[in-house]
Amino acid sequence: MYFTADFLRRGLRPGGKHGLSSRESRDPIGLAVAGLNRLAQSEVIDRLGLRRQTEQAVFTVTRSGFRGATAAGRTFARMGTRGAPGTRPGAARADDRFDLTPTEDEQMLVDVVAEFAAEVVRPAAADADAACAAPETLLRASLEIGLPILGVPESLGGISDERSAVAGTLVAEALARGDMGLAVAALAPGSVATALGLWGTDAQQQTYLPAFTGDDVPTAALALTEPTVLFDPLTPATTARRDGDGFVLDGLKSAVVRGAEAELFVVGAELEGRPVLFLVESSAAGLTVEADPAMGVRAASLTRLGLSGVRVPADAVLGETDGSTYTECVRLSRLAWCALAVGTGQAVLDHVTTYVNEREAFGEPISHRQAVAFMVADIAIELQAMRLVTYKAASRAARGEDFAREVALARSLCADKGMRIGLDGVQLLGGHGFVKEHPVERWYRDLRAIGIMEGTVLV
Amino acid sequence: MINLETPRKHRTLVDQAHQVAMNMLRPISRKYDREEHAYPQELDLLAAMIDGLSESGSAEGAGASGVRRDEAEDDSGGVRNGANLASVMSIAEMCWGDTGLLLSMPRQGLGNSAIASVATPEQQERYAGTWAAMAITEPSTGSDSASISTTARLDGDEYVINGEKIYVTSGERADSVVVWATLDKSLGRAAIKSFVVRKDNPGMKVERLEHKLGIRASDTAAITFTDCRVPAEDLLGSPEVDVKQGFAGAMATFDNTRPLVAAMAVGCARASLDLTRDLLEQAGVEIDYDRPAQVQSAAAATFLRLEADWEGAQLLTMQAAWMADNRRPNSLEASMAKAKAGRVGSDITLSCVQLAGSLGYSEVELLEKWSRDSKILDIFEGTQQIQLLIVARRLLGLTSAQLR
Repeated sequence: MYFTADFLRRGLRPGGKHGLSSRESRDPIGLAVAGLNRLAQSEVIDRLGLRRQTEQAVFTVTRSGFRGATAAGRTFARMGTRGAPGTRPGAARADDRFDLTPTEDEQMLVDVVAEFAAEVVRPAAADADAACAAPETLLRASLEIGLPILGVPESLGGISDERSAVAGTLVAEALARGDMGLAVAALAPGSVATALGLWGTDAQQQTYLPAFTGDDVPTAALALTEPTVLFDPLTPATTARRDGDGFVLDGLKSAVVRGAEAELFVVGAELEGRPVLFLVESSAAGLTVEADPAMGVRAASLTRLGLSGVRVPADAVLGETDGSTYTECVRLSRLAWCALAVGTGQAVLDHVTTYVNEREAFGEPISHRQAVAFMVADIAIELQAMRLVTYKAASRAARGEDFAREVALARSLCADKGMRIGLDGVQLLGGHGFVKEHPVERWYRDLRAIGIMEGTVLV
Repeated sequence: MINLETPRKHRTLVDQAHQVAMNMLRPISRKYDREEHAYPQELDLLAAMIDGLSESGSAEGAGASGVRRDEAEDDSGGVRNGANLASVMSIAEMCWGDTGLLLSMPRQGLGNSAIASVATPEQQERYAGTWAAMAITEPSTGSDSASISTTARLDGDEYVINGEKIYVTSGERADSVVVWATLDKSLGRAAIKSFVVRKDNPGMKVERLEHKLGIRASDTAAITFTDCRVPAEDLLGSPEVDVKQGFAGAMATFDNTRPLVAAMAVGCARASLDLTRDLLEQAGVEIDYDRPAQVQSAAAATFLRLEADWEGAQLLTMQAAWMADNRRPNSLEASMAKAKAGRVGSDITLSCVQLAGSLGYSEVELLEKWSRDSKILDIFEGTQQIQLLIVARRLLGLTSAQLR
């Protein structure tokens, strides 16, 4: 029986669920309506074939309760010298001149990625958004163009001969011009590889990086975000405590890219009052993964990663335990999200520029109206400001200079103006912008991610 | 190689400008805000110093005339950081000191920039050392500068100018005024030319000085021209009415001066940010760049937002100047910089008054003054709306007839 008093008490109590604040209360009519709604959701209707099956396969099923184990994953054979410092990419050379021109190498890279974004990423974007998954072929192709090893030093099998923050920023921008969700999915493994290149010990680099520079690149994810209001990445609720020769981690992470397939995680946790990064292999006991689709960036298959008494060895700490590595990681991740915002913002600008010139109303293109044209101008102005502030932060990071201020300003600008660009992109198309016939509604959802996401990707 | 720092080459100049702004302009800032129309004599000494710097080459070619796109400049290959960038950076520093006083700087008028932009080499030489104001706006013609009604009629080897100009910055103090007039109104914008009129010309008369919201240290004149005769060689650039080139000649000045005005807004706004940050810190509000804004105080979050906008405006301004230095067309970028810096300048200075409360509103501090000074920077050399029109037309490929 559905309508037991117990059911009403448990299932229909307001507070937190369904977007209701705990101040709401239901009156008798409200209770009856809510009960009816429950009935409408029952499987009986489906079994009778009364409802069209539209819901997505595994992902949505997982969402509605099933919580799985993480991927069994490979065994990363321990290599290298424990405790010995790893190889570090050198800082980029300093040039004294103000310059907005990428180097030749950077430009070549951007050209390749831009073509990939236009020819492969964009056409796949709508389906990937609906499926909450990136196509396997696309991810394989992203490996072929070298995305995972972009930030890995040459001596470790990568392609960068110096700190690659600018190249990474330009690549993230170019990819996100194709699609932000797919860009995040494709960039996540490389983000972990870059982190290993930046902060790994010799042993960590020798153990993990060969997998990233080889043919069978593991899925990997950077897990810093947590699903709490007013989340501050510098004080994660996830904890690490020393236990014998290693550490035990407990907590819940969100916005973990492709967590179900990932074989290696970089998890942020508080250790003795400081935020610290830990390398966690997916085979560790106590890990659970749960699909966590969001309003946007859906192609990245976002998940929640649960850690319950997860034991990691002593050498699982990535970088320093004084918070400095963690803070730099947060900054580099914010930089990546800024670059993504710039790329998707550019996609919006490209699209609306064509649209307002082609769409006619009152006998002429709507671009002939200042109310419309000025919105396009504002998008272009704010987008270029976002881009320049982001590039400034990236170039400082590449040169090994302090970039805390610059990345904070870039994030502020990209979050505020990026969201505005998403909003205006839909508005300029009116009703056509609200339906999936055009991609602007996806960009609206994606651009809302900037300013919320911490970790996930970095450059 | 991407790098958006102040180039080392210009750092000395920027530091000097900052010291001048701090030690020379700030101490007299309030004084000339109160004594509107009084001549700031202190500036004569400063102008002489700037001339000296220019001659010695240590000014990097910066200043009002630094906007000239000199083809003779050495082409040692690669990226150039030249006079345009030096100018926007030093002007921003000076406006951090005081925007009104910067606008009153002898021999650094907008007319000087116009001369530098469009004058022939022979004219350049003849006008060297002059202090030139700029007269475009008329009582019934503001943004629509193509429809000015001041006329210039050729009579023998002289032009005869008739009309009324308003909002002429330094119109009373300058040695000469660059006047926009039409040779033949029926030919439209192509017939608009600019003329250098010397102050002692009997046909030119300063009618009054305006009382203004801000930049009070700068005199703003209304000037009439009555059968004002100027030698034909004082027409700037070519006297030919080239309908194809149209307005481009006269408007080219704006590509060069808009980044300068954007720089003024950037400098003025930074004065507000610097002081407000200090006042907030004294009140116990620390700005933390690593913590999310929403877990900090509302004041800190507001400050972060303002500073982010400021950074964007500054870099857009530097971009426009950098493009000019590297001889790339920068009309779009100049207007983007002017639009962003203009609106951000107002938002920042007004918001800083809010953050500082009645202390910010009071004449005790300069925050209220900066919020008055900044407003003009979103108006002159093309209002916010004109910049948006320019940007939109460029982006959308529309003519001024299609997007009006």
